[in-house]
Amino acid sequence: MENKIPEEFEVVYCKPSTLTDMPMHYCPGCGHGIVNKILMEVVEELNIQDKTIGVAPVGCSVFAYNYMNIDMQEAAHGRASAVATGIKRVLPDRYVFSYQGDGDLAAIGTSETIHTVNRGENILMIFINNAIYGMTGGQMAPTTLIGQVTSTSPYGREAAAIGNPLKITDMLAQLPGAYYVSRHSIHTSNAIRKLKKAITKSFEYQKEKKGTCFIEVVSNCPSGWKMTPLESMKWIEEHMFPIYPLGDLKIPKEESKVTKENPN
Amino acid sequence: MNQNNNSNNEPRLMKGNEALAEAAIRAGIHAYFGYPITPQSEILEYFTREMPKRGGVVVQAESELAAINMVYGAAGAGTRIMTSSSSPGISLMQEGLSYIASAELPCLVVNINRGGPGLGTIQPSQSDYWQAVKGGGHGDYHLIVLAPASVQEMADFVFDAFRLAEKYRNPAFILADGALGQMMEKVVLPEAGSLPYHEVNWATSGMGKRKERNIITSLYMQPEEMEQVNLHLQKKYKAMQKEVRFESILTEDADILLVAYGLGARICQKVVELGREKDIKIGLLRPITLYPFPKDEIARLAIRVQSILVVEMNAGQMVEDVSLAVNGRCPVNLTGRMGGMISSPEEVFQKVETIIEKQTLTLK
Repeated sequence: MENKIPEEFEVVYCKPSTLTDMPMHYCPGCGHGIVNKILMEVVEELNIQDKTIGVAPVGCSVFAYNYMNIDMQEAAHGRASAVATGIKRVLPDRYVFSYQGDGDLAAIGTSETIHTVNRGENILMIFINNAIYGMTGGQMAPTTLIGQVTSTSPYGREAAAIGNPLKITDMLAQLPGAYYVSRHSIHTSNAIRKLKKAITKSFEYQKEKKGTCFIEVVSNCPSGWKMTPLESMKWIEEHMFPIYPLGDLKIPKEESKVTKENPN
Repeated sequence: MNQNNNSNNEPRLMKGNEALAEAAIRAGIHAYFGYPITPQSEILEYFTREMPKRGGVVVQAESELAAINMVYGAAGAGTRIMTSSSSPGISLMQEGLSYIASAELPCLVVNINRGGPGLGTIQPSQSDYWQAVKGGGHGDYHLIVLAPASVQEMADFVFDAFRLAEKYRNPAFILADGALGQMMEKVVLPEAGSLPYHEVNWATSGMGKRKERNIITSLYMQPEEMEQVNLHLQKKYKAMQKEVRFESILTEDADILLVAYGLGARICQKVVELGREKDIKIGLLRPITLYPFPKDEIARLAIRVQSILVVEMNAGQMVEDVSLAVNGRCPVNLTGRMGGMISSPEEVFQKVETIIEKQTLTLK
């Protein structure tokens, strides 16, 4: 049924045309839905729907192609950035992004992640860090916090047994191939606005062939964390941010001068 | 890409690996993704040398896992793509190959087979036959498998492989061995530009003017849907059977039939000669496509010959497919060496003589 909007009304907010009508499978309160939506808003606003290709690998992110109304490839677990490399190398004038979870990007796909960024592939990598394997039922992820209880760290993660949370974004920022590396969140509407800005910027850099843009999104997993959505947002602030602080980890040199002069 | 560079069709002396790589450039591949491994590194080296000059894309990946997934991405984007490796590296590619087969992406994967298992040797072997023809990765799928037996075929089969891969939207596979990759022979290279690439409507190349988005995936949550995908694939594999190719050497009057492919078939050509010199009618059937397998031809010959000898450079893998085709119509014997060792024609001929003795065959 088509809802006709009377002439005297002005549309101030609606679902972007770059999202499909398919109901999302994400659990209530999950950050994935937010990031899917703002990513597609950016694609609509930049008017690049016709030349954007996304890659969604195994994990909760794997169904992204059901919701994003653009050409997309599903990828094997951990291989999204290699798949994105293949696409971008043969179609250098398209906008290519990967949309990966923490298990995918920072465990099984660590090698692909590091080498894609090291080559400075002109793609955008979006990294959803919710410190857990959501799709398989809440197992420990490489980014799981010390003491965090998951189905495979039932007594809490212990550094002595399994190491510390992997700050892969900080590692990647060291690589010359990385042009823009930034950590964001979805816990408030202000944070979401900032994230959206970072995504927009990344696509603009991609057009200029500047190198890899990498955005970590500190997100939540109410089901895996066994919390209400509201509790999970508070948990992000109290527990995730001390380990994964928000902000830019690497910005283009030209812009860093501006930032120093005008801290606002 | 400028396929015409260096493209005169004079016979030349070339290494198998390099002939294959040059043929791929002439076949108009858009990109090559690979990782070094002996005895196929010349393929990667050739592309890193030639592609920048001739306008193609080449990426030395961080692993075979990455290489095959770059192939997946680029093939899905609607371009002509290949990779190559040798046995241990091909094992690493199996996950990707399964995804590629399920998503029905045409591409070419080349295995310059070396002796295994494990890290094995760097010498020639045919020990990856099962992995190549039975699927190799998880799930019910098949690759189109071509087995060259000369440097000339190393070049020619690149064109055949892409023709078949694109016709059936299926990964094609060239199964050669370290000797074919390393040896030099006379070769007349296929002409550049003779294999036009046809735009496809399923590629994820950006929606452009399309109204519907394209999705490349191998994920189906409903088993009913997954079964339909499987049924579709099986139907395709059945249709592929008509692409079967083989070479027959003196099979029509043969008492003893040799079945061998690739380098093994080159050795067996000599065995046929050795037999004929002694009035022993030996014939040779050489499968050129290992999948689809020439089972009908083998079944037909099994009625006419007195015994079959399968010659392989492994512990006996193709012999199972031959036995299935023969289905008890005549005895099936096996000879082969492993781990990078190659039988001499004399060794194989001795085996023929033993079979005649043991089976007490009365030869025509």
